Amino acid sequence: MGPVAINSLMCLALAQTPVPRDIDLPLPIGDWQLKFLLVVLFLVHILFVNLMVGGSILAVVFELVGLNRSKYDSLAKRIAETITVNKSLAVVLGVGPLLCINLVYTIHFYSANALTGYAWISIVPLVIVAFLLTYLHKYTWDKWRGPYKNLHVIVGGAAAFLFLCVPLIFLANINLMLFPAKWVEVEGFFSSLRVGNVFPRYFHFLAASLAITGLFLAGWFGRRSYPGGSHLADFTGGELRGLFYRVAFYVTLAQLVFGPLLLFTLPYEGVNGLLFAAILPGVAVALVLLYFLRREIRAERKRLGPAYLGICLLFTLTVVAMATGRHVYRESSLAKHKTMIEDETARFRSIEFAAHMRIDAGYGAGEMLGGALTGEKVFRNCAACHAVNRVLAAPSLVEVSSIYRDNPEGIVNWAKAPGKKRPEFAPMPSFAHLGDDQLRLVAEYILKTGETARIPPD
Amino acid sequence: MFFLDYVGNRLLIAVIGGIHVFINHPLAVGAYPLVALMEYWGFRRKDAEWDTLAYRITFVLFIITTSVGALTGVGIWLSTALIAPFGIGSLLRVFFWAWFTEWLVFISEVILVVIYYLTWKRWSAGGWKKVHIGVGVLLSICSLLTMVIIVAILGFMMGSGSWPADRSLFSAVFNPLYIPQLAFRTTYAMMLAGLCAWFLIFFFTQKRSEFRRRAVRCVSIWILAWAAPFVGAAVWYWNKVPAVMQANVDVGLLTQRFMNWHETFALIIAAAVALIVIAAVIGAARPRLVPGVVLLIPFVMGLWLLGHFERVREFVRKPYVIADYMYSNGVRVAELPVFQRDGVLTYATYVSNRTVTSGNMVAAGRDVFMVTCSRCHTSYGVNGMMSKFTNLYGREPWDADAMVAFVHTMHTTRTFMPPFPGNDKEAEALVAYLKHLQASPELILGAQADWLPKPQAQQKPSGGS
Repeated sequence: MGPVAINSLMCLALAQTPVPRDIDLPLPIGDWQLKFLLVVLFLVHILFVNLMVGGSILAVVFELVGLNRSKYDSLAKRIAETITVNKSLAVVLGVGPLLCINLVYTIHFYSANALTGYAWISIVPLVIVAFLLTYLHKYTWDKWRGPYKNLHVIVGGAAAFLFLCVPLIFLANINLMLFPAKWVEVEGFFSSLRVGNVFPRYFHFLAASLAITGLFLAGWFGRRSYPGGSHLADFTGGELRGLFYRVAFYVTLAQLVFGPLLLFTLPYEGVNGLLFAAILPGVAVALVLLYFLRREIRAERKRLGPAYLGICLLFTLTVVAMATGRHVYRESSLAKHKTMIEDETARFRSIEFAAHMRIDAGYGAGEMLGGALTGEKVFRNCAACHAVNRVLAAPSLVEVSSIYRDNPEGIVNWAKAPGKKRPEFAPMPSFAHLGDDQLRLVAEYILKTGETARIPPD
Repeated sequence: MFFLDYVGNRLLIAVIGGIHVFINHPLAVGAYPLVALMEYWGFRRKDAEWDTLAYRITFVLFIITTSVGALTGVGIWLSTALIAPFGIGSLLRVFFWAWFTEWLVFISEVILVVIYYLTWKRWSAGGWKKVHIGVGVLLSICSLLTMVIIVAILGFMMGSGSWPADRSLFSAVFNPLYIPQLAFRTTYAMMLAGLCAWFLIFFFTQKRSEFRRRAVRCVSIWILAWAAPFVGAAVWYWNKVPAVMQANVDVGLLTQRFMNWHETFALIIAAAVALIVIAAVIGAARPRLVPGVVLLIPFVMGLWLLGHFERVREFVRKPYVIADYMYSNGVRVAELPVFQRDGVLTYATYVSNRTVTSGNMVAAGRDVFMVTCSRCHTSYGVNGMMSKFTNLYGREPWDADAMVAFVHTMHTTRTFMPPFPGNDKEAEALVAYLKHLQASPELILGAQADWLPKPQAQQKPSGGS
């Protein structure tokens, strides 16, 4: 299919979706500043999410390995200790990008949230439980030995499992918001996984988590100040550095499969030259990165080499390129829908403006509100509880008119300051806000209507 | 739109928000100053027992505030955005900088918590100990600051400040209830923190030890010290609330209901404070006399009071979600006349029926319910439409004409209700739907479980009568 055909197909799909209106207040800061903030703050947030997810996976994997080779158990424990800080930062740093995405993609983000509502709100309990399990895992490491060791592994595994679930929910939302034309087909979280390409994105994310955690741990254990001797006596610094460099290397290598898979499963809407322009340099940098990683693994150093900082820099460049590509795709995928929202918002604003011009000029907003007040019209305020001849939630007009015969002022006074007289009804609320004139009109109407109804029509 | 039947959207927010406040006030705002004080006390008097106690209490605070506390904080946001997207979306645009600042303070708070707990052992010698105590003080300031900023936003939601006229941040923040509310919360948090610490002392000190006696006495004195300012703040707040309520509402029914409420509130304050003070006086005079379980009573009372307080706050702002700008159902004050003239369904996004005809009364009524009522009301559950109308009209099949009249005028007598934002036809459809629900109860599904209403051409047949 050519781009023109795709474009017209897309418009057809969008044309069948109702178009929402935007929020009627200006953005607090400029559109592009917000988007810039969004991308930058998100990267900082996702770095710690990666370390949290990757750390909890690696901790469990090495703990399992450690069941047979105990030195890996101590390594797993050291990895688990890093999660405490990383996971707390992951959560607090998530608030900033959430703030930005709420502002700059209000309608799209909220729509996706509502459509996956149960899963979306269950993020809160899921993360709470995951955090508590993580603490339990960390602080029982030395206590739950022997027969309890399996339980300990299960606790760690459960936390890691939850940490694997939560990103999927987020990704489903971030993905779903890009495809407004598909919203009408979605019935909850699980069906939202069929939209777009959630799973390739998810695997790409998981691999990135492992690679970044590998790189982080290579630095963490290889750093000069790390008290290696006392904590991990069975490993040499070089051994640990090499181990985690390998994790980073092989997982990044695997990204050469996950990356294209993600790219080529992206729905056509939104794929454009700019996207490739953003991503391809990232791929090139990643290849350079792989080369340096390989060189570092072969150089049997005891400590971190000076290349570590360079590798981190290359990694950052790759990630920035990918994040930019992601943003480019989001923008182009939503461009059409955003314009439609703007038009719809402007259309409604002009309707609203015209209505207020009428009101300010002394007319009602429409014909309905015009005309002189009559007792009958005012009685609409009473009709919820009082009927002419029947008891609704209060005495009928027939009864009221017999009590206040020839005494409309009595009704006016009562209506302004009613009390509770009858046990079977709720107390009448005050109608002082209607003012004496309207109350007098309605009192006359009540007496007339009630008396007319009492006299048999013969 | 997201919708939780039976439990109710409001209850979802209330549960998440409630847990957050129950953790934030006693275990963060109140507890960090207390713990830092204990640590300082132990340092000055060279008493390692104080230091150990403070460390152990901090462990509990650390675990709970960084998991349940932090996540329910984010959860308030997720849930309110889910349920009142237009309200939150608008608040964010007005309060971006306040929220952004609050976020920075929140980051500092969490980093400080982590540093404070994890470096306790490492920074225990000489000068480092002073640095560590400094971290504790900074942490206390940060957790107080987050509350100061958030309460400003809450205040804005109910504030009858002059924001709608001048739209300035300043007038939004400094609404009449802000300072009393802040004083009330702060002093109360300090007292509750004392109670929590007292409770934890039973776990973290030796039975019958001399230190436990001293620790209980000191914590009791802490509670007593905050009791006096708390009573002052509570009375101040109690006197300010009606003034603000009256600015919003001046009509019989609500005032009657509110008066009862107001008095219950005063009664609970008095009872809770009395219990806490009695416990604290005994604790200070005869530290061994109070067993741990007894402490639960004033503590539960305390939480109840906090919950009640939050309810009053939530109620005061009605019928608005943003004072004088947006009603609680997300309808802006300015768009109301347009909706009432042309119909709310005409301009709604996700509805299956745009106009009401004699053939689609019930289905269109369901749409009207979703758009105009469902942010606050369920069908049969909490704050359900069924129970509201049963209270008014009894169990017999309801009278449609009376209900239509009620729908149009309810906001004049129930001033916490927003005006019905639809036209006559839509009111009739809503009533037809409610009468249909009365006759045949059914669970209403929100967008998260049901399909979004499709344009009329491809609409599935739904719930016809």
